[in-house]
Amino acid sequence: MSTNGDRAYEQAEKAWREAVEKSSTRDACFRTLGGEELDLLYHPGADAADGDDYTEKLGFPGQFPYTRGVYPNMYRGRLWTMRQFAGFGTAADTNERYKYLLEHGQTGLSVAFDMPTLMGYDSDHARSEGEVGRCGVAISSLADMERLFDGIPLEDVSVSMTINGPASVIFAFFVANAEKQGVSRERLAGTTQNDILKEYQAQKEFLYPPQPSMRLVTDTIEFCAKEMPRWHAVSISGYHIREAGSTAVQELAFTLANGFTYVEHALERGLDIDAFAPRLSFFFNSHLDFFEEIAKFRAARRIYAKRMRDQYGAKNPRSMMCRFHTQTAGCSLTAPQPENNIVRTAWEALAAILGGTQSLHTNSLDETLALPTEKAVKIALRTQQLLASESGVPNVIDPLGGSYFVEALTDRMEEGAEAIFARIAENGGVVKCVEDGWFQREIGDASYRLQKEYEAGERITVGINKYVDEETGPPPETLRLTQEMENRQVAAVAELKSKRDAQKVKASLERLRDVARDPSRNTMPALIDAAKEYATLGELTDALRDVFGEWQEGNEF
Amino acid sequence: MSERPIRVLVSKCGLDGHDRGVRVIARALTDGGMEVIYGGLQQTPEMVAEIAVQEDVDAVGLSVHSAAHMTLFPKVKRLLDEAGASHVLLTGGGIIPDDDAQKLLDLGVGKLFGPGAPLEDIVTYVRDEVGKRRSSDAP
Repeated sequence: MSTNGDRAYEQAEKAWREAVEKSSTRDACFRTLGGEELDLLYHPGADAADGDDYTEKLGFPGQFPYTRGVYPNMYRGRLWTMRQFAGFGTAADTNERYKYLLEHGQTGLSVAFDMPTLMGYDSDHARSEGEVGRCGVAISSLADMERLFDGIPLEDVSVSMTINGPASVIFAFFVANAEKQGVSRERLAGTTQNDILKEYQAQKEFLYPPQPSMRLVTDTIEFCAKEMPRWHAVSISGYHIREAGSTAVQELAFTLANGFTYVEHALERGLDIDAFAPRLSFFFNSHLDFFEEIAKFRAARRIYAKRMRDQYGAKNPRSMMCRFHTQTAGCSLTAPQPENNIVRTAWEALAAILGGTQSLHTNSLDETLALPTEKAVKIALRTQQLLASESGVPNVIDPLGGSYFVEALTDRMEEGAEAIFARIAENGGVVKCVEDGWFQREIGDASYRLQKEYEAGERITVGINKYVDEETGPPPETLRLTQEMENRQVAAVAELKSKRDAQKVKASLERLRDVARDPSRNTMPALIDAAKEYATLGELTDALRDVFGEWQEGNEF
Repeated sequence: MSERPIRVLVSKCGLDGHDRGVRVIARALTDGGMEVIYGGLQQTPEMVAEIAVQEDVDAVGLSVHSAAHMTLFPKVKRLLDEAGASHVLLTGGGIIPDDDAQKLLDLGVGKLFGPGAPLEDIVTYVRDEVGKRRSSDAP
């Protein structure tokens, strides 16, 4: 063993201990049920560690390359944020659900939008028929945004919004609403998903061709870097890539590659890496294979940190930290024996916690059937609270660090991701691969391969191809949404359109088109101005469509 | 009557982009010896019915994950009937509660498959159901 290695280890440990001293500790009991005191971290010690190897590959928590976690004391300091994704019906309906969740101990909000909103259509558009408020909340204008957050203090509650194709328009509604509430934009905390690359690859909810879409994303990154220090402009999302059928290593590699692509575009825009990178965040899936998932999360932090420092020249440690939200795997749930889904979700959540997630959504047991009922949502939230309060898992940082198995899997994840990065580069980079349908084919192949393994009985799903119940009980109660709700929302949008100052709306849309035509200008200010005139989502996305055109994927499968 | 391969149009209807199921099923039907036309994403009921008639398909498989199934399936069924294509099997799947699936069955829509349905069951169902319809159409 080298003495240099010993010294590096000792310095790293000292720096970590100092960082922990400066961090706060949450008010909780950190003893085992048997009364044993627990250290907040277990690590090899200078004698046992192969010095350089430990500090380079793992490091202490809160230290490069962050394999063991992004913060020095992780959940000893603060638990992950329990953030349940919710939205349905009209803005007023969802507003009630948010207040319910906040009253039951949820600590952040996460907005699910309905399909028309996700595709940039107003509720009264012909293509919206039957879909208004069904799998999320309908937001067609600033007026809806005002109702959505009525009575919710936006300076205190962080809000995550799952919106991509029309992300900058919805973001403009959000900012405009906060400012009307008297909360200035620099105080707003939250996230817009705004990850258009994975839309082309997996979720397939895009509006414009890839190149102008990348410009819109870069506009929001630049806007936030300059005006909204607490806002995460992009949440680079592997969740949907995985749900679409990718493997864990594809999820890891595609997501990080997308992240690096946003970084490269922002750098080309002339932004300093440390001016925007601290606010990039990620969103991963936590699937069934317990240890593979944990390894994926740990590898994500290590790969990201190395690239951000070594390839993009980040200096601020926060620019190198891969901070992420996790959601348990919707696609792992089954319609038969839905109660089993509580158990699947619980161990997926546990994997995310052992992987060091910053926030977590746990799926409800009835999500293969419909939007979750209030009771199902509560069980899902309780699952996180049980893990946080009773399992003892959050007492010790990265408790699986140093496991021969988990470290080997983490290394293998990293190698697998690097191999995929090389293939993406060979094929011309992420945007080119999107345009060529390369990601879509890779995901399609993986998804079909896995499905065949289940069909062949090589893999088991309880309740589907083993332990099948002959008798099925009565279907569980599901949340039903009425046509009356849709009619009400459609009427409200129509009424808004008749009440606004039509001249001002028209002028604001014209200004937006002008800005959009000039790639050197940022579209966000024009969008916020138009939002304040109550220009609708459909009008704003149409104005951008006039300039950018549309995009359709190829019909291969 | 010479047996031409079964022709199936599979498509997403409605606005959502959850195309994992529809793509896997397109591949499974192809592996099952059928000719598959992939209609792709976000088709309107009108476009689906039009392609079904133009391509002279035996079956249409619609995938709906946006909770708009009670609007979309009946509309496609009606348009197919109006276009003189009531012999075409309209089936599909997605996130569809059992009682809604029963209501749709009562309207003349075929069986609907939920998450986890075995591919083999779907392929067999399409083959058998189209077979029945072909033999009842035969002179």
